[in-house]
Amino acid sequence: MTASALEATALVQRFGDVEALAGLSLTLAPGELYGLVGPDGAGKTSALRLLAGLARPVAGTARIEGLDPTAPRSHVREILGYMPQRYALYGDLSVSENLRFFARLYGVEREAFRERRARLLAITRLERFPDRRADQLSGGMYKKLALACALLHAPHVLLLDEPTNGVDPTSRMELWDLLHEFVADGMAVLVTTSYMDEAERCARVGLLDRGRLLIEGAPADLVAAFQGAVATLTGPIDRVEALLPPLGHDLAASTPRGQGLRVVLEPGALPALQAAAAAAGVHVERARPTFEDLFLELLHARAEAAA
Amino acid sequence: MSDAITVTALGRTFGDFHAVRDVTFDVRRGEIFGYLGANGAGKSTTIRILCGLLAPTSGRAVVADADVARDPEAVKRRIGYMSQKFSLYPDLTVRENLDFFGGAYGLYGRRLREKIDAVLAEVGLTAQRDATTGSLPGGWQQRVALGNSLLHDPDILFLDEPTAGVDPASRREFLALVRRRARAGATVFLTTHYLDEAEYCERIGLMAAGRLVALGTSAELKARHVPGRVLLARTTRPAELRAALAPRPDVLAAQTWGSGVRLRVRPELSPSALASLVTALDATASLEPAEASLDDVFAAVTTGAA
Repeated sequence: MTASALEATALVQRFGDVEALAGLSLTLAPGELYGLVGPDGAGKTSALRLLAGLARPVAGTARIEGLDPTAPRSHVREILGYMPQRYALYGDLSVSENLRFFARLYGVEREAFRERRARLLAITRLERFPDRRADQLSGGMYKKLALACALLHAPHVLLLDEPTNGVDPTSRMELWDLLHEFVADGMAVLVTTSYMDEAERCARVGLLDRGRLLIEGAPADLVAAFQGAVATLTGPIDRVEALLPPLGHDLAASTPRGQGLRVVLEPGALPALQAAAAAAGVHVERARPTFEDLFLELLHARAEAAA
Repeated sequence: MSDAITVTALGRTFGDFHAVRDVTFDVRRGEIFGYLGANGAGKSTTIRILCGLLAPTSGRAVVADADVARDPEAVKRRIGYMSQKFSLYPDLTVRENLDFFGGAYGLYGRRLREKIDAVLAEVGLTAQRDATTGSLPGGWQQRVALGNSLLHDPDILFLDEPTAGVDPASRREFLALVRRRARAGATVFLTTHYLDEAEYCERIGLMAAGRLVALGTSAELKARHVPGRVLLARTTRPAELRAALAPRPDVLAAQTWGSGVRLRVRPELSPSALASLVTALDATASLEPAEASLDDVFAAVTTGAA
């Protein structure tokens, strides 16, 4: 059996009365890109902080290549890269100076630094701006510099907390392509996001809600196993909206989409909707479910079960 | 009735820099219009011109029947504006914030009180009216900010990246509120970084390097700018498969995607030919259909490649 790159076992974290993590377990193999997705307050950041050794869990264990990240003088620092949501670069230092500073902090040898600096500047496309001050970079460039700084010591495991939040589409695409390059070289990457469309880019995803994993697996497998139905309704908007209340608990979610409405339905509910829509002169088109639809259905089913 | 927004050959330069160049479009009354682009593409400059905050250097923009260059004050009276960096007073209550901004719009007395009650009900914060604004979750603060921009019943609502940093459930609620306003007759001009969010909009304009490079409904943009078929090849070795397929001329795009490779191929490459090509390269691979996204449109028009 290959040693896991990262392992969380039954992690529990509390802040006062709030249980941020309620027994989270997950494992990453080397070369795996894992997406931890979930709404704000689900516990994503708490999980990353425990794995980075910045806090101790109330119960459970966090391991990076078998090592305890909170152990004093841990070797984990050399194999782990961590990029929090607000990564503090030195605003009045240039791109080059920030890289040199973080290389010294991590004790990167001069020769290795020169080589990695060139590669990181090239792949982040920051090579044209080595002398620009960090506080004069755009949001996307700043994130890429932060990522480069977190990678200077060539970590085996990389933890990224919402790296694409507030980053424009061009930079987001570049960032995801970069992550795929790193995992192809054997790095294990754990990334959090609240954007469900990004989850589909990960090899495996875990859906975190209120400190627990609701579901875990390859996005395509999870979507393929989805039992509900997704459809787009188009027609006069009053008539479209009149179709929703009769669906009752069978309606998991509805979202405006262009001039129509996209609905996520519980299993078995589509035929009745199709019949009602035909009578009302509303066009129903079945749509391919996405990971976000699955997420909405799961949360809805859970809320129904709790009610 | 005339359009809510008419933009004709609009341009704005800063010294030698063309922030906005020859932009033409219109937004119908009651429409939800999405304006997309990367940082620096010219979105904010356009929105500042349309809100009467910045004069154009060429062309013309008419917003709510007022020319933005000649009568910016009339524009400001008829529009509501909310940005990602909305400014609320965190140590005031929700009601006090609305009261403050209502005063800024010239509302006072009983009329203001009635408006505040109506807006609180509309954004679903009646129960939170006396809560300290700073203690509320981000999604709720965002609804307070939306409430502020609705107090004077604007004809046109400008929302500048309103949902940045807000989780999906809150985004959904927010956009449902916006849609309700549009249904009641307001026109909505929304900018966003999130291309999935643009699917909420009835029409989309896409900016790149100061120019409007695409305009239409989501379906039209995908049909026009993302030719070919989109497929997902599932495999245990995505990096190798991607590397083998990417250089082929009949493969328009290949991205590592989850446990697979997302492919966009020329229409001439038949499904059976592609299937045998892929299995020859990687016996573990299987193909399934996928859909074009606005990300594909964005990539196609911003790189200039088809």
